[in-house]
Amino acid sequence: MSRLFRITVTIGGLLSIWAFITWVTDLPKFILPSPLLVLNKLIDRYDTIAEHAATTALEILLGLAIGISLGILSAILISTHRHVKQWVMPVLIASQAIPVFAIAPLLVLWLDYGITSKVVMATLIIYFPVTVNFLDGLNRTAPAWLDMATLMQQQKRSFRLLQAYRIYRYVRIPFALPALASGIRIAAAVAPIGAVVGEWVGSSSGLGYLMLHANGRMQTDLLFAALLTLTIMSICLFYLTDYLLRIAIKWHPDQTY
Amino acid sequence: MVVNDTTSVAPQATTDARPRQMAGDTDFPLAPPIGVKINLSDISYNGQMILENIKLNLEPGKTTCLLGPSGVGKTSILKTIAGFLPLSPSSSIQTSDEEPLRGRISYMDQNDLLLPWASCLDNILISARLKGEKPDFDKANQLLDQVGLQDKKQALPAELSGGMKQRVALARTLMDDSPLVLVDEPFSALDAITRHRLQGLFVKMLHGRTVLMITHDPMEALRIGHHIYILAGNPVLLSPDLKMTGPVPRDPSDKSLRQRYELILSMLGMTGADR
Repeated sequence: MSRLFRITVTIGGLLSIWAFITWVTDLPKFILPSPLLVLNKLIDRYDTIAEHAATTALEILLGLAIGISLGILSAILISTHRHVKQWVMPVLIASQAIPVFAIAPLLVLWLDYGITSKVVMATLIIYFPVTVNFLDGLNRTAPAWLDMATLMQQQKRSFRLLQAYRIYRYVRIPFALPALASGIRIAAAVAPIGAVVGEWVGSSSGLGYLMLHANGRMQTDLLFAALLTLTIMSICLFYLTDYLLRIAIKWHPDQTY
Repeated sequence: MVVNDTTSVAPQATTDARPRQMAGDTDFPLAPPIGVKINLSDISYNGQMILENIKLNLEPGKTTCLLGPSGVGKTSILKTIAGFLPLSPSSSIQTSDEEPLRGRISYMDQNDLLLPWASCLDNILISARLKGEKPDFDKANQLLDQVGLQDKKQALPAELSGGMKQRVALARTLMDDSPLVLVDEPFSALDAITRHRLQGLFVKMLHGRTVLMITHDPMEALRIGHHIYILAGNPVLLSPDLKMTGPVPRDPSDKSLRQRYELILSMLGMTGADR
């Protein structure tokens, strides 16, 4: 309750400051439209905005699904082989050092104006935090636990691969889930950036496209309406992810934000 | 200091209730205990030799305590026996039945090592799951009853006290019915009262098994050990086997135990001024 109250006060306060500035400075509406104008536009062009928002949402969700899956798979593979890490980590870090803005035009060139280039963009920036966080978690399993598990497994002959699988299934992966959750939270927060950057560079649909389009026509109120929609979508995505993660990892005491 | 008499404990402090009904031995047949002769000519840690000429003789079905101050290398000995540290060429570990020790060891740590996401029941079934065996729910339930956790079977470790967690760890250790049980300071993180109770439970549950237990508490060794070895001094030397008589757990207020306590303290290098 108090949390809802605080959020309301914060948003209300920011909106008031915004309204106050437009009222005092009397800026032309193509420079800074008042919140009321933006709201009007939002209601007016609601169907257009919803259509573009759906595209962006799809890109974000696909990017998240692919990025998280790839991140999980890579982290598990890297953690199973000590030497793989030494080879793969520099590549991973290099992939992060190149700003996504710099490769966006290339991706659009290679993968066309459609949704694919945006999904790849989102995947690229999601992949790293998920992989690194999950890998950290996997490598941090208590050595005493692994020793005990080894003693238990020595009691019965079995295939090594099967035994390794069971250690991951019952010990290492569950222990690493809180770390994976941290990675997914970061991913949820940055995923919209990837999608929108892709749309800016070249697209025919999506909130990023709508913003560029509105900006080019001096429809600053529409730009703000699109921006507002994107912000609300991102916040909802983050809190939904956070909520689901907390339910999934109830046992961990740190799962509160 | 260890509390001498459990009856003096105030009722409100008994969150770790003593198990109501103790069956003593399990209803499941025990694997025959084995004797183990351990002869370690040297043990290195990080490339530095820390111990040499360690000879331990574990009597079948009895508890042997390895007593010594922290950092003296007790855990390294345990890890060598468990096979986690390499055995030097001139060292040997022999069992009474001439079979290799590998695959016949259970381990209990000073930390409970419980899986925080799993219930008590799932925690003690983990060994079966890691081995790909069908979990034996009957045995698991019975063991949890015996350690006095009949109403906590579905509880997560976070809902348990420190003493209860070590009870679960004890039950998990017993699930495997290993011929040799290695135990590393299992009660060191517990308060004196809980420790005292758990020592009693420990003796009852591990009756008839070959146990090597590491401890830094002389009174603990005196209460539950059938044989006591002391590791102390500079350079570190291992004492000869100190044989204990009489049923365990022993009463710490016993006079002869007091004398042994004094003896052990002097062997640990404590002079009158230290006490």
